[in-house]
Amino acid sequence: MTDQTKTANSERQDWMGLLARAPEDVLMELWAEMGGHPRFEWLRSPEVGGVMVRGRTGGTGAPFNLGEVTVTRCTLVLQDGMVGHGYVQGRSKRKAEVAALIDALMQTESADEVRARVITPLGCRMQAVKTARAAKAAATKVEFFTMARGEN
Amino acid sequence: MDAQSQFSGGFQNAPIDAAHAFRTAMTVMARPGEIRRITGGQPPAPLSLAAGSLLLTLCDPDTGVFLAGAIDTDAVRQWLTFHTGAPFVTADQADFAVGTWHSLAPLGQFRIGTAEYPDRSATLIVECEDLRPAGSVLTGPGIRDTAHLSLPDVPALQANAARYPLGCDFFFTSGDKIAALPRSTQIRAEG
Repeated sequence: MTDQTKTANSERQDWMGLLARAPEDVLMELWAEMGGHPRFEWLRSPEVGGVMVRGRTGGTGAPFNLGEVTVTRCTLVLQDGMVGHGYVQGRSKRKAEVAALIDALMQTESADEVRARVITPLGCRMQAVKTARAAKAAATKVEFFTMARGEN
Repeated sequence: MDAQSQFSGGFQNAPIDAAHAFRTAMTVMARPGEIRRITGGQPPAPLSLAAGSLLLTLCDPDTGVFLAGAIDTDAVRQWLTFHTGAPFVTADQADFAVGTWHSLAPLGQFRIGTAEYPDRSATLIVECEDLRPAGSVLTGPGIRDTAHLSLPDVPALQANAARYPLGCDFFFTSGDKIAALPRSTQIRAEG
């Protein structure tokens, strides 16, 4: 059995979350640029399903069902026996495959290369989009100033 | 390409393979004593090919599975969890129980259903050394005249049939062969 506890779970959560949310075109572009794609075998072919996303309002709020999200998942194994899981938003099987491959590679010696060429640029681009959107929204912000009310 | 891992051996084409396996399981249950081949899964040892394929077909997150005796290994648990998501439960709550006849005994520990809901009973998947159309004589629904099947313990199975409409149902597996014995079948020792 391969020891998957070597990689800290929180670190793995970060890249799994990033891959799940990543826009497909950007991910595909970065993945194609990296090249040297490894050979693999399917353990679970890509399949589409729905998951219920739950949320909380505030730290003490009770959890509630926010809504269903379409998710595609797959699992594969590299030639060296490393297992990668791909869980991505949407119904793109190709994206799930790439996400699973990246997950597997991130647990091998090529982790640094993958991080430098895919994970980090992907994170930067997604952050840039988020920042741009926040900046646009911030530009429409209206400040209200309350006059001193003459109550006496 | 032969990269193996603890998760290898699921259905290659899940919808098609599961449909074939389900058809086989239905057929053997409908015709007690008939022995068929059931394939598709490649479970980790000591689970047999037939038992593994049957579990892949029948189990999901709503069905509690009880692994008896030597079957209860980490490899089997991980494989079954990955492919089906079925929870592992104790014998008295199991929907499906897997093991050899000796490891499953006594039969009394499994659910037999209630008068209102006879379907709330356990289905036992019994791993056998061999399955032959010889030995005990079977009669009842799904059998034209009589059928023969090598059963592990006739008195216990007769007692189970006597509880009809309550009781457990049985699948017998050996290698890639599978046969079934529903609670409605009457059993006579060879004679």
